[in-house]
Amino acid sequence: MERTLILRGLLAGALGGLLAFVFARVFAEPLVQSAIDYEAGRDEAQAALDKAAGLPVETEGPEVFSRAVQGNLGIGVGMVLFGVAMGALFAVVYTVLLGRTGRIRARALATLIAGAGFLTLYLVPFLKYPANPPAVGHPGTIGARTGLYLLMVAASVLFLVAALLVGRRLAPRLGTWNATLVAGAAFVVLSAILMAVLPSLGELSGAAGSETPLPLRDPAGRIVYPGFPADTLAEFRLYSVLAQVILWTTIALVFGPLAERVLRRDAPVRAVAEA
Amino acid sequence: MTSIPAERSTPVVLPVSKAVLWLGLTVLAALLLYYFVGVDQGAVSVFGSDTHVHEFVHDARHLLGFPCH
Ligand SMILES: [Zn+2]
Repeated sequence: MERTLILRGLLAGALGGLLAFVFARVFAEPLVQSAIDYEAGRDEAQAALDKAAGLPVETEGPEVFSRAVQGNLGIGVGMVLFGVAMGALFAVVYTVLLGRTGRIRARALATLIAGAGFLTLYLVPFLKYPANPPAVGHPGTIGARTGLYLLMVAASVLFLVAALLVGRRLAPRLGTWNATLVAGAAFVVLSAILMAVLPSLGELSGAAGSETPLPLRDPAGRIVYPGFPADTLAEFRLYSVLAQVILWTTIALVFGPLAERVLRRDAPVRAVAEA
Repeated sequence: MTSIPAERSTPVVLPVSKAVLWLGLTVLAALLLYYFVGVDQGAVSVFGSDTHVHEFVHDARHLLGFPCH
């Protein structure tokens, strides 16, 4: 039966990725394009400044994939594969927790696990290291940023598991409601401490103090090219969150009923006997 | 509308020891996918310093919240 459940998790994840892709294609891609246009304009201004100062001008390498491929096929494949990966992890956790979590119905369990996946694998890391549209970010800090982001992801998962274990031990003494509150508080406090300790993105790039491109100034200090548009950044981050909400909601809503059918089919003898 | 009553809500407890091979393989495959979509050819690379994977899923990587560039 675990194979059936995993297969359905993959299906739910792929569908979630597909819906998130449709959303991304309509709402996020125009922002990606405007971010790339900004970058192109900024590079041009930088080149002009360098030339005026007598510095060597950097030339860009050839494009590996055209924008049309990246903005349609590439983002589609990326979102669906990510959805499949999340659906697979979701199905494994579901299979292991099945029947081990007390009186929770099949669908409710699916909703809870999808919520936990969204929270730990995306939202908590996002709070510390939010998504950036293309054109934003320092090439020199990519190693550090990737490491820190993955550390946040792994730590969030560990913190939630720890909080759940604590909650489970306290439940008989405090009751389910209060034990859940304590476990939730433990998760928030642990995450907050880690976030306070880790460096933020702006601190990594040193002198600039920001990962987001600042206005470009000429030697006299006049702004010759504006900083990255704040609206584009804010909207892109909002759409990043919404894409993940769509993905995880789809996984919960599609997988729940499918799992219920598998469970009912596999336990007919007992169900009939008790009916 | 038939629904499963709460008392036998999740009636099956799978012996995880028996399913461990499938569950393990699934987790491994999922982590590989996560790695290729989100991390490969950014900070580190499995197949040398080529940028095809990175460039292809580039927009998805940004929107999914992975650090890039
Ligand atoms: Zn990028």
